[in-house]
Amino acid sequence: MANTAAINGINGLRDIRRSPASHLAAALEAGSIQGTVVLKEGPFQTMAGVRVDPRSEEGARIAAVARSLPARCGDVGGTDRVTVLWLGPSEFLVVAPEEAHDSLGGDLIGSLVAALGEAPGQVVDLSANRTTFELSGPRARAALEKGCALDLHPRSFTVGTALSTEIGNIPVVLQKTGEESFRLFPRASFADFLGRWLLDAVREFASPEVP
Amino acid sequence: MLLISCPNCGSRDETEFHYGGQAHVPYPENPAGLNDREWAEFLFYRDNTKGAFAERWLHSTGCRQWFNMLRDTVTYDIQAIYPMGTPRPATAAATSVIAPEGATK
Ligand SMILES: [Zn+2]
Repeated sequence: MANTAAINGINGLRDIRRSPASHLAAALEAGSIQGTVVLKEGPFQTMAGVRVDPRSEEGARIAAVARSLPARCGDVGGTDRVTVLWLGPSEFLVVAPEEAHDSLGGDLIGSLVAALGEAPGQVVDLSANRTTFELSGPRARAALEKGCALDLHPRSFTVGTALSTEIGNIPVVLQKTGEESFRLFPRASFADFLGRWLLDAVREFASPEVP
Repeated sequence: MLLISCPNCGSRDETEFHYGGQAHVPYPENPAGLNDREWAEFLFYRDNTKGAFAERWLHSTGCRQWFNMLRDTVTYDIQAIYPMGTPRPATAAATSVIAPEGATK
């Protein structure tokens, strides 16, 4: 209990928390190959799990807060700052920057809860449930393809879409944010495994290509 | 590896799915009225069909939704995929395997 004095409300806790892959930060930096493939953790994003029938009135209210709800598998809704990922026909993951969290002056969770009201459905603060890996560079897709059965070719997996699938045999939501950049959302308990798996996957790109 | 077409997500690897056993096993109208044998049969006894078999599947690492599938247990040919709660579709194609002598299913 030595640190009790330092824990002053939730913003006091903020300084002592660690992200699920924080112990890999140095390894991720060392393992990244600038200009080829870069890997880092984007920790502490605000996330809310939303379950609501998108065709209902409450679905429309939630959509108004998040700007839009994705209609089908692969679609991503929201705005530049607030991303809404499709997880199922009535299940969505809202992802926003850290400061959107109510404890840091934002109002994302509170406004989603208010939009749902007493209607059937749920809004749950899942900010600690998943962490985020950001993988970018010309070889990012090649690294992912080592452990993902989906067709990641740009003709099929386009910018601005996201799919729940398996990467390295663990469940991950994979979002394509740019031509050569991806965000991976593993659950916190898989962060260590996926971080090391990705490091292993990108290692070969540090060596000259064998023709 | 089977490629299974999830009604929501499209074609995905079998490893993304979980098997849910035989489909269309009705919950007893009056569970309290069943004797131990009938209750055990409802809980544990399932068909062991050779040929087209209606079964439940869950897309567990995708959309987390259940659906029904009509699959040939011999050839693994997926003959139909249809929503939970709808009746088993009649398949025009005869099952690929002729039932052995004396088989009732
Ligand atoms: Zn699915």
